[in-house]
Amino acid sequence: MIRHFDTGGAPHFPPQTTVRSVMLQVIYALLPGVIAHAWFFGPGIVVQILLACGFALLFEASCLAIRRKPLKLFLGDFSAPLTALLFALCLPPLAPWWIALVGMFFAIVIAKHLFGGLGHNLFNPAMVGYVVVLISFPQFMTAWLPPLELASWAPTLGQVLSTIATGHPPGGLAWDAITGATPLDTIRSSVATGKMVSEARQAPIFGDFGGLGWEWIANWYALGGLWLLWRRIISWQIPVTMIGSVVLLGLAAYLADPGSNPAPLQHVFSGALVLGAFYIATDPVSGCASPRGRLIFGAGVGIITLAIRRWGAYPDGVAFAVLLMNMMAPLIDRYTRPRIFGQPA
Amino acid sequence: MLRDAMDQAKLAGATLHNFHGGLQLRHNKRISCELPIERAAPAERFYVPLLQQSGQEAQPIVAAGQHVLKGEAIGCVEHLGSGYLHAPTSGTVSAIGTHPISHPSGFDGRCVVIEPDGLNQWTELHPVDNWQQADPDVLRQAIRSAGIVGLGGAVFPTAHKVDEASRRGIHTLILNGAECEPYISCDEMLMREQPASIILGARILQRAVGARRTVIAIEDQMGAVHQALQHALRESAAAEIDIVKVTTIYPEGGEKQLIQVLTGLEVPSGGRPTDLGLLCQNVATATAVARAVTEGKPLVERIVTVTGSGVRRPRNLLTPIGTPISVLVEQSGGYADDAARLVLGGPMMGYALASDDNPVIKAANCILVLSSDEIRPPQPEMPCIRCGECARVCPAVLQPQQLQWTVRHGLWDETVSAGLADCIECGCCDFVCPSHIPLVEWFRHGKSELRRLEAERLAADSARQRFEAREARLDRLKQDRRRRMEEKKRALGDGQEKQKRIADAIERARSRRQENP
Repeated sequence: MIRHFDTGGAPHFPPQTTVRSVMLQVIYALLPGVIAHAWFFGPGIVVQILLACGFALLFEASCLAIRRKPLKLFLGDFSAPLTALLFALCLPPLAPWWIALVGMFFAIVIAKHLFGGLGHNLFNPAMVGYVVVLISFPQFMTAWLPPLELASWAPTLGQVLSTIATGHPPGGLAWDAITGATPLDTIRSSVATGKMVSEARQAPIFGDFGGLGWEWIANWYALGGLWLLWRRIISWQIPVTMIGSVVLLGLAAYLADPGSNPAPLQHVFSGALVLGAFYIATDPVSGCASPRGRLIFGAGVGIITLAIRRWGAYPDGVAFAVLLMNMMAPLIDRYTRPRIFGQPA
Repeated sequence: MLRDAMDQAKLAGATLHNFHGGLQLRHNKRISCELPIERAAPAERFYVPLLQQSGQEAQPIVAAGQHVLKGEAIGCVEHLGSGYLHAPTSGTVSAIGTHPISHPSGFDGRCVVIEPDGLNQWTELHPVDNWQQADPDVLRQAIRSAGIVGLGGAVFPTAHKVDEASRRGIHTLILNGAECEPYISCDEMLMREQPASIILGARILQRAVGARRTVIAIEDQMGAVHQALQHALRESAAAEIDIVKVTTIYPEGGEKQLIQVLTGLEVPSGGRPTDLGLLCQNVATATAVARAVTEGKPLVERIVTVTGSGVRRPRNLLTPIGTPISVLVEQSGGYADDAARLVLGGPMMGYALASDDNPVIKAANCILVLSSDEIRPPQPEMPCIRCGECARVCPAVLQPQQLQWTVRHGLWDETVSAGLADCIECGCCDFVCPSHIPLVEWFRHGKSELRRLEAERLAADSARQRFEAREARLDRLKQDRRRRMEEKKRALGDGQEKQKRIADAIERARSRRQENP
């Protein structure tokens, strides 16, 4: 008796990975850093993440519906929540709710879906969203809380929620009263007023090599990043050249003029550098694909970040650096394609 | 440079090298190596497809009703001068009709259908006497008329390869015993059970193409094979044969990858191993050569691995070409309850068959029956997220993520420069793609589109040439006419001379008219 079978294309093995699992693993890798963030700066970050995720899914679903794409498949790929998470990690914990709304609108609607949706965006959506709100709402985007152990006032969860919901600190407190300068701000303004970096570093917000609290958050991010490397979700080139270029150039600047340049490790463990090196610049869609291209891409992000920190108008520059390198990624990929097997060099 | 490469290629196997990318896959070979190779049970009817390799199908040279003996030629391919088809058994040709032909397209094709008489009687055989002294030409002729093709799965006519090799001159013969795909064990079992015939085939091939040396490459996981081959080698006292173990990484059994592992050299893009002075043949092909030369027997049977968790008793069977697959599955204990897919070839590059009514063909190294939990469930394709995993595993060092983009959008010039022709269709990229894009399917589509465009271009070119030739011819005729007119005009001269001649001509005409009114 003849038996019939369904046919299907090779390879016949089940797939090894899915987009969903790639995105989920990146999210898992970030969780220790998120917990550390909440530990040092209070529960605001968690509220921001939930808000951003909610808005991101809302915008994602709307865009998918308008574009007539399968909702379940694309909402389940976890790319929108990952964008939201990366965006939220850049927000001050008490930023009002509409910051996340505006940021996610630009990230999901403008940067992602107007460019063609998943896989087609030229720019890193989270960074587009972040840069839009950074430029548009400088007052709220610089309202960073000091670490809890230095804070004169630690908000309760209810106060966090009411601040985020209303855009005003509770009990008639002024923003100035509850927020403080970040380590990068401090160095920047000190150097601008002619002080030495070493003097500025006397401030209590500094830790052993970066900002107090921040350096531990960065450590946890780095640990998650190493796990992603081990899982081969990201490749080594971008983190290595991004952090490497910051360390090498930072070291050269520091040795040349230790008065006005922070030590290289201060650079690495401040701001969004570690987060950027493992999670943002490594976004495959908007970054480089060829191995040599990734080396150049990472180094470019590192160098531009340092330049912005040193000469630019913003204390940190990872987001701008990533967006600038996003623009160059297709060109870099074009000129760094590896030699094909059997073809002349 | 090629000179240096040739010299380096002579050291094949002395040191081992790596190739780019590849995958470490679960081997799954052991399950089909437990039982010895056994002859396949006789089929009630044999279906020998006239299309056994890519390209043209053979012309039948027998008619329905005719009685044939085993090994008698039943089909020929004229332009190949090779690829003869031979009857797998003795019996009566009942029809030359349409039947499934185990082709990747899934289409039916013409088959010579043979009802066996049960005697399995060989036709008159013409072995080559004393091959050690025979002229290499005679050896190659024996290979040609035996219808031998590459049995590793590519089924390229062996006669073509050896002819090209002897014409261009090669120094080293590589026998490929590194079955790269999981599950397939027919070569491993062959090397274990018939090592002497492989050594014999190697020596004959070496003489046929004028190679100085043979390297037999086997996988490092084939323990018993190495001993068996070593033993056979000692027995034969052949000095110029080396056995080399290579590490098992898919697709190491690919010709280009194996050559890179053995020599560190890359077969030039668009070139052949002969460019490096090498000839690569599968070990089973070598035994077919040995049988053709020393016994005069054409290729009418091959070893087929019947395996996978979808069959109850995986094993290797020596199977006449044309045997329906259902016969082999039955002999392997039948289907397991959850058998879900029937694959001809391995899990990475093989193609799914729609039914077990398909016959065994010369390319059929493996019949793989996969259970439902082993196969790729139907799944939606996601957009490429450019993760680059495909590029990391690609042994041809392509950027599949960019290549598929150029194919999808029909950017054919860029597709060519991105190296589509260098894709070996190993399926590594498909295997690791998180978006489940059928990359190799796109690349096959792209290759066939490029072939079509090339054919169209050639057709357009020749049409244009014809048109231009016609225009040139008409132009030449016009010019000729004008030149003749001008010559006549010039001959008339000008002024008074011209007037006088005209007047003379009129006068002549008038007088002629008066003479003959």
